[in-house]
Amino acid sequence: MMSLAASASQTSTGEAVQFWVLGTVAVLGALGTVLMKKAVHSALSLAGTMIVLAVFYLAQGAYFLGVVQIVVYTGAIMMLFLFVVMLVGITAADSLKETLKGQRWWAAICGIGFGVLLIAGIANASLHTFTGTGAANSAQGGNVPGLARLLFTTYVWAFELTGALLITAAIGAMVLTHRERTEERRTQRELAEARVREGTQVTPLPAPGTYARHNAVDIPGLLPDGTISEASVSSTLRERGQIRDVSRDALRRLAELDQRSEEWLERRGVAGASRWEPGRRKGLPGAGSGDDPADPADPAEHAADHAEEGAK
Amino acid sequence: METLIGLLVAAPLLGAGILLTGGRRLDRTGHLIGTLLALVSFAFAVVLFADMLGKDTAQRTLTSHLWTWVPVEGFQAQVGFQLDQLSMTFVLLITGVGSLIHIYSIGYMAHDERRRRFFGYLNLFLAAMLLLVLADNYFLLYAGWEGVGLASYLLIGFWQHKPSAATAAKKAFIVNRVGDIGLSIGIMLMFTTFGSFAFADVFPKVAQASGTQHATVTGIGFMLLLAACGKSAQVPLQSWLGDAMEGPTPVSALIHAATMVTAGVYLITRSSAIFNAAPDAQTAVVTVGAVTLLFGAIVGCAKDDIKKALAGSTMSQIGYMIMAAGLGPIGYVFAIMHLVTHGFFKAGLFLGAGSVMHGMNDEVDMRRYGALRSYMPITFVTFGLGYLAIIGFPGLSGFFSKDKIIEAAFAKGGGEGWILGSAALLGAAITAFYMTRVMIMTFFGEKRWQPDAEGHEPHPHESPATMTVPMIVLAFGSVFAGGLFSINSAFVKWLEPVTGHSEGNSPVSTATVTAGTMVVLVVGVALAWAMYGRRPVPAVAPRGSLLTRAARRDLLQDDFNHVVLVRGGEHLTRSLVYLDHSLVDGVVNGTAASVGGLSGRLRRVQNGYVRSYAVSMLGGTALVVAATLLMRAV
Amino acid sequence: MNPVNYLYLSALLFTIGAAGVLIRRNAIVVFMCVELMLNACNLAFVTFSRLHGNLDGQIIAFFTMVVAAAEVVVGLAIIVSIYRTRHSASVDDANLMKL
Repeated sequence: MMSLAASASQTSTGEAVQFWVLGTVAVLGALGTVLMKKAVHSALSLAGTMIVLAVFYLAQGAYFLGVVQIVVYTGAIMMLFLFVVMLVGITAADSLKETLKGQRWWAAICGIGFGVLLIAGIANASLHTFTGTGAANSAQGGNVPGLARLLFTTYVWAFELTGALLITAAIGAMVLTHRERTEERRTQRELAEARVREGTQVTPLPAPGTYARHNAVDIPGLLPDGTISEASVSSTLRERGQIRDVSRDALRRLAELDQRSEEWLERRGVAGASRWEPGRRKGLPGAGSGDDPADPADPAEHAADHAEEGAK
Repeated sequence: METLIGLLVAAPLLGAGILLTGGRRLDRTGHLIGTLLALVSFAFAVVLFADMLGKDTAQRTLTSHLWTWVPVEGFQAQVGFQLDQLSMTFVLLITGVGSLIHIYSIGYMAHDERRRRFFGYLNLFLAAMLLLVLADNYFLLYAGWEGVGLASYLLIGFWQHKPSAATAAKKAFIVNRVGDIGLSIGIMLMFTTFGSFAFADVFPKVAQASGTQHATVTGIGFMLLLAACGKSAQVPLQSWLGDAMEGPTPVSALIHAATMVTAGVYLITRSSAIFNAAPDAQTAVVTVGAVTLLFGAIVGCAKDDIKKALAGSTMSQIGYMIMAAGLGPIGYVFAIMHLVTHGFFKAGLFLGAGSVMHGMNDEVDMRRYGALRSYMPITFVTFGLGYLAIIGFPGLSGFFSKDKIIEAAFAKGGGEGWILGSAALLGAAITAFYMTRVMIMTFFGEKRWQPDAEGHEPHPHESPATMTVPMIVLAFGSVFAGGLFSINSAFVKWLEPVTGHSEGNSPVSTATVTAGTMVVLVVGVALAWAMYGRRPVPAVAPRGSLLTRAARRDLLQDDFNHVVLVRGGEHLTRSLVYLDHSLVDGVVNGTAASVGGLSGRLRRVQNGYVRSYAVSMLGGTALVVAATLLMRAV
Repeated sequence: MNPVNYLYLSALLFTIGAAGVLIRRNAIVVFMCVELMLNACNLAFVTFSRLHGNLDGQIIAFFTMVVAAAEVVVGLAIIVSIYRTRHSASVDDANLMKL
């Protein structure tokens, strides 16, 4: 994977292949980071680039850094980014339309100029041979002991300082995100009193579910008159219209049982005018709303629906 | 013995520290602590004096190096003391009179609720004054010099609730500052020329100075004279002394009569090597002295305020001393001798004046005194002895010391000698006149008492023992000190090793001078008797002649200061302000306006968008990279 | 292949990151681009370490990571607190630093 010779000018072919393949991936990832509209996609692209870089570190004999790159960068820092994206910008897909006049042009000129200059500088540096990390790694019996030796001798002071830096950063983040409570936390008694004063809902909210047959959170409980209690399901589900109304299931089953028993008893003609037709009852919620999946006007369809849900 | 010198200064300093930081709990005992420490210091001084007397003349100088104050390469300021006969004289005077005045103040300040602080300041003054006279180098002397200035300021303004006292304190401080600047410049010149502050280093080098160094020595002499003028209230820096009488009377007696105002005389005498090498500076010194002795005397004639009359007298007597010190080796000894005798009788006179005021509801106008001799017998006798001493009544202290100065003035020789001698004689005549006037207006004639502002009728009474005892002791000094010093020329022999002494050859014999002083004495007293003793003194001052009116206003000194310095300064500053507004501000504002216009255009770059800042950053980085590459390519 | 190619890749990534900082408005993405630039530098350091045959370059890259971690923590905290007060994560909305 790497040359153990004191000085060489070429790497192994395997590494060359790896470089060209993964290098392409890294550049694509970087471009993705810049160009993706959603922050989450950007973050994922960046994570890809970082993993590729970790492989490159490993390929160049920096084993410790390669692992640290994955653990710290891809593992910790990128996760932190994702957390903040979730906190802040999940819904905000960025518009890539430029608002500052001339910003794009100046960015392009400066960026290209800078890149060209950098590359020209590297090309100019005439680095035809390289030493390789093999000797340096084996001098202390491996990459990690070698790094450790440097870190705790030559760079020990800088190392200690980074400790202070990290602690400062941690405290700084805590201070920055800490929200001072500007009012007293309301006690349970105060909450209860406020609820009585408002008078809209004094008792606890009713629980979802109907009899012992359904206990899913999207199924509202039934009131004594057979209608559903909207307060028993989450407001989010209510907003989305994802409430399953089962208030008429029992009646319909009764009717079906009636019908089946009459068929069995061959007492035809009686079922024509079912006394339990729920559509007749006025004020029943959901009555007449065509898009309701539990529309009693179409029991067959509902049954199919139900079967389908059960299959899921 | 050397340690004792340090303790001498430390005792009152300790007292000041205790009293000024101790707070209220020392209110009841503070004055006793202060007085005790002053007495301790006096006791040390007496021990040192006895020790000195027991030694050979050549070995009397004691030195004590304590520590290095500013240890910097090429600049070594030492804290060290030097006790020779000159310092010893001053130490005895300061601690002796100082202790007496502490005792006097116990009675005088008994009803003042800030008495503890008063004693703290007095102790501070003692410490600073002792530091001044004991220092073995000019740097430390300067510290003491400023210390006494501070103490003087604090004590003049002690009754700070009186605006006049607060103003007087500020005036004293500011006028003194002018003199202090002279001293500091003199010391700096000394350091740059001779590379040291120490008396022991500077004086030998002064004697060998030549060429430009010689001119520098003359300059140093003038600067020291300016310093002496400020501290000793000599023309042209004399205006503060009259106002300084706003302070409590013991302060006037100790600081503004006996000790601090004589610091200028000490400075000139101590720097005798410098003045001996600078004849021009000496001429300036005698001129200042002669002018002041007449000036002060004339002012003293016109004042109705007893303390201000005495202040004029002080000014005049210090003029004598300065003049004597300016005469060179023929005068140094007599300057100091007059200083010591003056310390006794003038302190006594001031304490007498304080005693009179104490009995007269703090009335200071002599036109409202009169006939007090029978009400305050002790004050009358002690004040009278002081009076006889100051006018030079034969056999009393002033007679010996002042006559010697007049004689030395004549001995200067040539026309200069005649002028100085005549001035001194004229001064003696005026002294006799105004002191007799004070005496008559205060103790003789009719009662002219008037109720004070609150309508209390004065009930003159003799002061308590704490006040009369110091007065009696000082009266003894006034009577006998001069004679004692003159027995077998004891004082001359005592001081000669330090200051040097030469008899000079007077064109007028001693007997003639004595006869002359007697004549002017009689003339002065007779004139005063004719003007104030024979006919009643009007309770309201008459308009008086032009000279009288001028003298009442300190010979227009304040007016002169106001017109020349204050108005002149105002005009100068106004023209400077005009110049500043038109020229300097024009240039500055023009520049500012053009910069403002330019930046108004430039600021559009600052659009607040961090991204556009980032573009300029990246552009700048690119330029740096390009520059680096170019440099490598070249 | 010569390892110098890694340096070219590093320069390319750095430039892309810089361009991203200039173009994107979402503060979080801007931050990611900064991280990209830091990573590009790290790659250069590691490559230099290999070219010269000593480990100091890796040490510097290690320190860069530590500093980047600290920077991210504080930077993201700043973004969160700005978002709380201004309800926006756009760097253009925080344009108070102008006359």
